[in-house]
Amino acid sequence: MTPLRVSIVGVVASLLLILVVLELIRGRRLKERYALLWLATGAVLLVLSAWRGGLNTIAGWVGVSTYPPAVLFAVATLFILVVLLHYSTVISKLTDENVDLAQRVALLEEQVGRLEAGASEPLERAD
Amino acid sequence: MNRVVAVVPAWNEAGAIGRVVDGIRAFDPELDVVVVDDASTDETAEVARAHGATVLRLPFNVGIGGAVQTGFRYALASGYDRAVRLDGDGQHDPAELPKLLAPIESGEADLVIGSRFVDASGSYRPPFARRMGIRMFARLVSLLGGQRVTDTTSGFIALDRVGIELFAREYPHDYPEVEATLVALRSGLRLAQVQVEMRERESGVSSITFVRSLYYMVKVMLALLVASLRRYPRLEGARR
Repeated sequence: MTPLRVSIVGVVASLLLILVVLELIRGRRLKERYALLWLATGAVLLVLSAWRGGLNTIAGWVGVSTYPPAVLFAVATLFILVVLLHYSTVISKLTDENVDLAQRVALLEEQVGRLEAGASEPLERAD
Repeated sequence: MNRVVAVVPAWNEAGAIGRVVDGIRAFDPELDVVVVDDASTDETAEVARAHGATVLRLPFNVGIGGAVQTGFRYALASGYDRAVRLDGDGQHDPAELPKLLAPIESGEADLVIGSRFVDASGSYRPPFARRMGIRMFARLVSLLGGQRVTDTTSGFIALDRVGIELFAREYPHDYPEVEATLVALRSGLRLAQVQVEMRERESGVSSITFVRSLYYMVKVMLALLVASLRRYPRLEGARR
């Protein structure tokens, strides 16, 4: 059986995570898009911490018989891995978009330089 | 008359780039030279411009592949029919360009690689480890691409319009040559290889240091593996 104190600490910690994430969204320091995974993490941990019978049942399913809170750590670790992997894909996309922008800037700058050089010539010829 | 552009990626090559641009222009004054300056901290862009090259200046360093691709995008947007790529350090000899362009002019190939190992006549003898690496990648690309390739690490290449379109859209950003060769083969480009000599570097140091070579090997192996699992749309105009 999960010790009561572990459940209380788990509930407080997951509530804290949810509140911090919500506050970050409110302050526009975190986009909803990237907050969803964190909120899901907080919600799942909250449920597993508060619903003591459920945690024991799940621990039984996955073969953890001696110490059910281990399931809590495992689930938290899993969610953190998912969040990190998600960020890696986000970074990869940003990198590609960044390079694309850099290339466009290089091409546009050259074009602007050429147009500026060309723009002065026809004016002189018009005289 | 087909318009040809020479794409020259350069990063901190102020010491060599003037001679490289002069060399290309002296060889063929009709050839447009585009130097892609990968955010150099020296005078590379100014020197290149002073020697008559068009300069594309990247706002920050994007790596050799990203720089080369900028040149191909320029070639695509400006309507060039052929593009050749030469390194900014002077190791590729413009005198070899007719040889490199010949299979494209005759309609035999979309991509021509200037290879140091087509036949035994080449004088390039890299150190053992590098030779093994080059040979392993060549074998791997040959196997996965279904055509024998002798030198996948050469940066001395020529492209026709189909090749320009492919590489303007799809080109790896770092250590690009090996993977790009496989992407080209899998996209249906016809590949030809011609024997070329490469000079020793005129100045600067090779971007591949000992510490980076491990990352290079692993990254390229992974890229090849993934590229062979990916589907590439066959290109309009590719006849292979």
